[in-house]
Amino acid sequence: MYKILKKEKLNEAVELMVVHAPFVARSCQPGQFIILRADEKGERIPLTIADYDREKETVTIIYQIVGYSTQLLSSKQEGDTIPDFVGPLGKPSDLKKHKRVLGIGGGVGAAPLYPQIRKLHEMGVAVDVILGGRSKEFIILDKEFEAICDKVYYATDDGTKGKKGFVTDVLNELLNEGKEYDEIIAIGPLVMMKAVVGITKPKNIKTAVSLNPIMIDGTGMCGGCRVTVGGETKFACVDGPDFDGLLVDFDECMRRQGMYKEEEHSCRIGLGGK
Amino acid sequence: MPNMSLKKVTMPEQDPNVRNKNFNEVALGYTKEQAMEEATRCLNCKHKPCVSGCPVNVPIPEFIKEVAAGNFEKAYELITSENNLPAICGRVCPQENQCEGVCVRGIKGEPVGIGRLERFVADYHMQHAEKKSVQITKNGIKIAVVGGGPAGLTCAGDLAKLGYDVTIFEALHALGGVLMYGIPEFRLPKALVEKEIETIVDLGVKINKNVVVGRSITIDELFEEGYKAVFVGSGAGLPKFMGIEGESLNGVYAANEFLTRVNLMKAYDFPNNPTPVKVGKKVAVIGGGNVAMDAARTAKRLGAEEVYIIYRRGEEELPARKEEIHHAKEEGIIFKLLANPKKIHGENGWVKAIECVEMALGEPDESGRRRPVEVEGSNFIMDMDTVIIAIGQSPNPLIRQTTPGLDTHKWGGIIVEEETMHTSKQNVYAGGDVVTGAATVILAMGAGKKAAKAIHEKIQSTMNA
Ligand SMILES: Cc1cc2nc3c(=O)[nH]c(=O)nc-3n(C[C@H](O)[C@H](O)[C@H](O)COP(=O)(O)OP(=O)(O)OC[C@H]3O[C@@H](n4cnc5c(N)ncnc54)[C@H](O)[C@@H]3O)c2cc1C
Ligand SMILES: Cc1cc2nc3c(=O)[nH]c(=O)nc-3n(C[C@H](O)[C@H](O)[C@H](O)COP(=O)(O)OP(=O)(O)OC[C@H]3O[C@@H](n4cnc5c(N)ncnc54)[C@H](O)[C@@H]3O)c2cc1C
Ligand code: SF4
Ligand code: SF4
Ligand code: FES
Ligand SMILES: [Mg+2]
Repeated sequence: MYKILKKEKLNEAVELMVVHAPFVARSCQPGQFIILRADEKGERIPLTIADYDREKETVTIIYQIVGYSTQLLSSKQEGDTIPDFVGPLGKPSDLKKHKRVLGIGGGVGAAPLYPQIRKLHEMGVAVDVILGGRSKEFIILDKEFEAICDKVYYATDDGTKGKKGFVTDVLNELLNEGKEYDEIIAIGPLVMMKAVVGITKPKNIKTAVSLNPIMIDGTGMCGGCRVTVGGETKFACVDGPDFDGLLVDFDECMRRQGMYKEEEHSCRIGLGGK
Repeated sequence: MPNMSLKKVTMPEQDPNVRNKNFNEVALGYTKEQAMEEATRCLNCKHKPCVSGCPVNVPIPEFIKEVAAGNFEKAYELITSENNLPAICGRVCPQENQCEGVCVRGIKGEPVGIGRLERFVADYHMQHAEKKSVQITKNGIKIAVVGGGPAGLTCAGDLAKLGYDVTIFEALHALGGVLMYGIPEFRLPKALVEKEIETIVDLGVKINKNVVVGRSITIDELFEEGYKAVFVGSGAGLPKFMGIEGESLNGVYAANEFLTRVNLMKAYDFPNNPTPVKVGKKVAVIGGGNVAMDAARTAKRLGAEEVYIIYRRGEEELPARKEEIHHAKEEGIIFKLLANPKKIHGENGWVKAIECVEMALGEPDESGRRRPVEVEGSNFIMDMDTVIIAIGQSPNPLIRQTTPGLDTHKWGGIIVEEETMHTSKQNVYAGGDVVTGAATVILAMGAGKKAAKAIHEKIQSTMNA
């Protein structure tokens, strides 16, 4: 059993939890994730490790409530326990000692982006970040990013913070201004990552993305998380979740992510409504 | 005078047309009377061929004699002197190739139903015996076991009985390996697997679930933490794909995913259990082994109207257990033999049809089976909603990638010394599917036993030196 030591609401749909998980905290690295089950019958759902404390043996997760299992997780309080919490899974991000890197975080994607950007900062890399969201309230971790980045840009759908528009509008502006980045790390919804790559690919700018296909075991056993990268089949849980964005087949990812749309919907009305 | 009936006492089964709609166990097991009657068919042969056919040397004639006499608890003790998981083996061992395959009664007529009797004894014990607390003198020596499948469980159980302080590290949230996530409920009820595992845990084995060795902790780190030996029983869980067009369409599953969703996550009881699974009206399962039979019979139970087994060789070559093929046919699974998939056709991103080519059997290949060759121009297309690929599994690369000094074959299997199951890395042992590639429960258990014995001997010899 894994105890929830802290729970915090970041906005109406996004929450943070600090969980006691010694086997995860002892060796995890930026880019890795965990899989948890919120109760004894629960689905296995993957969440990125947003932060960790090796001494306190804790791991921080930040999740958006989107359906049955994230809602079930959200019903837990400080002091409650999570029955299963396994990790670290996936490969650590391959962070290089570049001169300058741009991070792009869409919505809750800012959470998995943060440990990578912080690590780069610690390595002495100059970092800028673009954060996007529906409106001001949906921007998370802005304070944390501002503390370590040279510049943090914002884009919101309604213009309540930063530019009115998408993160890609800001990206275009920066590149048009002549800003140069050795690498771009984009994490967010698939549509956002696809749009970013739509801009960076013609310019041949190295772009890392973090893929989030539907997973079960997270150990390479089920093959459900397969994605096509550079024409080859990869298992995101063991070969990723980070991949070279310029080689990813995003349309296939989006299609496969929607495989259980119907069931997830019925599950939500059937059980989540209470 | 032994019972000279040529046939085994029939074991009651659910009617095929009832059972192919539920997940309850297919075979219902013997009653006391039936078991005692079947037991009288054993000739108590002096040279015990059946025992040499059993990879863990269960004292077969001895336990059967006790069954005949109605001493079921005594029979249980005899079986469990060599086999920690009798309720499981009695159900899933390929007996026709093992104990029963060499039974003298099989020369003329059917062999003694050794598996059925083993199952009966184990079930009887579970229902009747009171839990005895076992007294073991601990020696305080720590041993780590990687993977809680049959290989790891057996190794852990044997070492615990000898007094070792054993910890199993298991990646999933449940022990049992393939017994939990692969073999379906209707062949091997999960409550029973859990109960049988409990008897091993009761020996004082510590369980660390949700630990992925290689990620959460490495084998070298286990030694740093004071473990004196490590047994790797991580199985062969990496699914193979065919590499044909259309394999990433929605509706295409590896058998592992399909079975894990249904067995481990109980998707057959959705949404009561919230993990979903999708099965269309027409399902194609590719492959001819136990995994393929399980996937096909599972799809049928989930409501598929037509379920096909597509296999590139002929009936004779089907690698699945005879009993499973027979059960599958009874339940209405359609066998499309001598057919090889070439492409999966899609529509709007979902499976629409499968295209196959007919095969003919040519000259025997290295395996001694006749090699299937494509019949040119014989391509045909069948409409499908779901495709399940069950063409084999290989060992997961994680442990070999994170354990320096551990030698493996090109195909991924860990290389061991046959006598001791010792690997190329000092004090690391391995056994089960991770060594042999996908094999059987009982062979994995045999390997776990052998390793436990070797670990014990090695530790004793270093202590005496
Ligand atoms: C490697 C990885 C890291 C992730 N990190 C985070 C994170 O840090 N924060 C966060 O909020 N979300 C993260 N996700 C997504 C998160 O796992 C899903 O939002 C969650 O599983 C939804 O479950 P649900 O039952 O609440 O919603 P549902 O209504 O069941 O599903 C909503 C959507 O979530 C996705 N999803 C559903 N089940 C799974 C599953 N088993 N595995 C993966 N995706 C699924 C599908 O796209 C689905 O359409 C990550 C996903 C992956 C693969
Ligand atoms: C669908 C199906 C049907 C079958 N039917 C039969 C049958 O009827 N009869 C028969 O005899 N055999 C059958 N088999 C084969 C049999 O189940 C296997 O040969 C047997 O389970 C192998 O045992 P094992 O202990 O080596 O590995 P597994 O049972 O695979 O167990 C390995 C365990 O190790 C864990 N693990 C893996 N990597 C790690 C890691 N890095 N860290 C921690 N834990 C890890 C896994 O999660 C798993 O629990 C079947 C197999 C399948 C898939
Ligand atoms: S363990 Fe398997 S092979 Fe051995 S006697 Fe039992 S059923 Fe036969
Ligand atoms: S070979 Fe058959 S008949 Fe002979 S002892 Fe074994 S089970 Fe009995
Ligand atoms: S989640 Fe099962 S193989 Fe990746
Ligand atoms: Mg869900």
